[in-house]
Amino acid sequence: MMKAPFAVWTGLEPATSCVTGRHSNQLNYHTFDLFGTLTLVCVRVSLNCDAKLCAYLIKSNRPIQLFLSTFSISLKLSKRGFLSTFVPVKNQSMHLEFEKPIVELESKLADMKQLAQQSDVDVTDAIKKLETKITTLKKDTFTNLTRWQRVQLSRHPERPYTLDYIYEISDDFVELHGDRTVKDDKAMVGGFATIDGESVMIIGQQKGRNTKQRQERNFGMANPEGYRKALRLMKLAEKFNKPIITLVDTPGAYPGLEAEERGQGEAIARNLKEMMMLKVPVVSVIIGEGASGGALGIAIADKVLMMENTWYSVISPESCSSILWRSWDYKEQAAEALKLTAKDMLEHKLIDGIINEPLGGAHSDMKAAASQLKSDVLKHIKALKKLSEDKRIQQRIDKFSDMGAYK
Amino acid sequence: MAWFKRQDKGIHTPTEKKKEAPDGLWYKTPSGNIIHMRELKNNSYVCPDDDYHVRIGSKEYFEILFDDNKFTELDADLMSADPLKFTDSKKYPDRIAASQKKTDLKDAVRTAYGKMNGKDITICCMDFSFIGGSMGSVVGEKIARGIDHSLKKKVPFLMISKSGGARMMEAGFSLMQMAKTSAKLAQLSEAKIPYISLLTDPTTGGVTASFAMLGDFNIAEPGALIGFAGPRVIRETIGKDLPKGFQSSEFVLEHGFLDFIVDRRQLKNKLTTLLKMVY
Repeated sequence: MMKAPFAVWTGLEPATSCVTGRHSNQLNYHTFDLFGTLTLVCVRVSLNCDAKLCAYLIKSNRPIQLFLSTFSISLKLSKRGFLSTFVPVKNQSMHLEFEKPIVELESKLADMKQLAQQSDVDVTDAIKKLETKITTLKKDTFTNLTRWQRVQLSRHPERPYTLDYIYEISDDFVELHGDRTVKDDKAMVGGFATIDGESVMIIGQQKGRNTKQRQERNFGMANPEGYRKALRLMKLAEKFNKPIITLVDTPGAYPGLEAEERGQGEAIARNLKEMMMLKVPVVSVIIGEGASGGALGIAIADKVLMMENTWYSVISPESCSSILWRSWDYKEQAAEALKLTAKDMLEHKLIDGIINEPLGGAHSDMKAAASQLKSDVLKHIKALKKLSEDKRIQQRIDKFSDMGAYK
Repeated sequence: MAWFKRQDKGIHTPTEKKKEAPDGLWYKTPSGNIIHMRELKNNSYVCPDDDYHVRIGSKEYFEILFDDNKFTELDADLMSADPLKFTDSKKYPDRIAASQKKTDLKDAVRTAYGKMNGKDITICCMDFSFIGGSMGSVVGEKIARGIDHSLKKKVPFLMISKSGGARMMEAGFSLMQMAKTSAKLAQLSEAKIPYISLLTDPTTGGVTASFAMLGDFNIAEPGALIGFAGPRVIRETIGKDLPKGFQSSEFVLEHGFLDFIVDRRQLKNKLTTLLKMVY
């Protein structure tokens, strides 16, 4: 049936149509529609997986010929099990004020490397020097971050969100939708996933990468139906005896008119009480912002962990500033006063651990951040599984009951 | 010609020499009538002319609910620490001290047990006058201990909420009080001891999002503001004016989050009737 695919590849034979695409910055692909019978896909740049491409191939419902222009491609077919409409999107690079000196040096280094390639001038020494300089600067900057800077990092536009983490750490994922009462809240996502062969339930708030997505995800601010969806999924996990992982990243529960009508307060309160009594192990991770009841509503867990550059408190520094200082300008002071970083929270025994981020923050190396999260969370789940149900619940209740400072 | 004419001109009384009628002897109702405080007190602090429920504190609620105003207070001396060394325009301990002086309370909640129409009950009541009834470690701990008392004695638990939400000056600690109180309520629920949550004006924020909404029976006083986010925040978020009656007790009842609204004058007897049926 096929004449000679190579002919198409070299442009000798006419293809009836050709789609060229590029996304995730990882992948360029060309799909050729040959005589309406065969789809020929030429992929450049190695990649691990690509949901959109898989979806395209499956949808085309034709024999598929894969062509690799570079040989290192491994199209992980297991990602076909990634049953979610989510596709990772990368933003255009954006830098925070304190990241800029590092970025400048890095671009200088890139220039120098290019120069070294193009001319015979020996700049190896200079490159080495610059590289050390960058590392030192990075270390200096990222070990001495102020609380406000950590808040900024937690909201970095390139920071990995819940579905990014799920995408990175799970082999398979089936996203589940709806609270069975009102609707499906896109700001709260969740579903069963397989991580290293183990089935777990992962739930978390989801933010959007671009304007359209942000709107769809309501900036990660869930409505009551989001919290009820989360609870429904947790009960499902409990029924099938699967551990629960929640990933927290929200500027707060949505303060809207309909949210009040549908009982935002009640939805969160119910989650707090029900999560206390869950029979399965629960691990929560603050992966970005952990604002008040909106965060706590899915963060009642046997182990509550915070990523290094995140915050978790009763109010955002901005709102705190506007209430106590009656102006939005004191957010830095408010951040300091609230003691809202992972280190502070651990010091006060309000959380159980910190997950290290790669130098430069989770956004600088998403894969490394995800793999650290995965190994830490799995370690905790493994330990928690050794306890009996009753013991776990009792420990959970005792842990939260002990929190407080009074005389 | 005027009926009264000041004969001596240029009389000035310095402020310190001005005589004042004793404060709080008279109360002006929202309809504009002036009534004597005694009359208001005898009417459970409800204005007789328009049924307006005046904001009252734990002292008044205990008086209304406990038989002969006899009760034993629990953890009366528990006080706030300053775990975060929190300072805004004022140091947190100073703020606490000022509030204690002004209100004669130790913190924003009081717990007591006693008899209500002859039946044992534990009552936890918040005081809005103390930093907006905000919930910090002391509030969380006192409620938790109140629930523990109910668990130990196997008596019903009544929570009277009146709060703006969590206390910012204890940041993470305040937040975790939501978890703590919910944990205790989960235990109370397992023990099948009735928990009645009475929401009064106002009940918002972290209090609504934890113990206030977790009652076996959620009830409210008429006309109270009840919500998660405050009306100002919602208005700013959606950029629209809010409908009339939004977040009132009646609104919350209509949307299915309350069992009933109760007039304060009937509160004690209604609670007794209800508890008799279930416990």
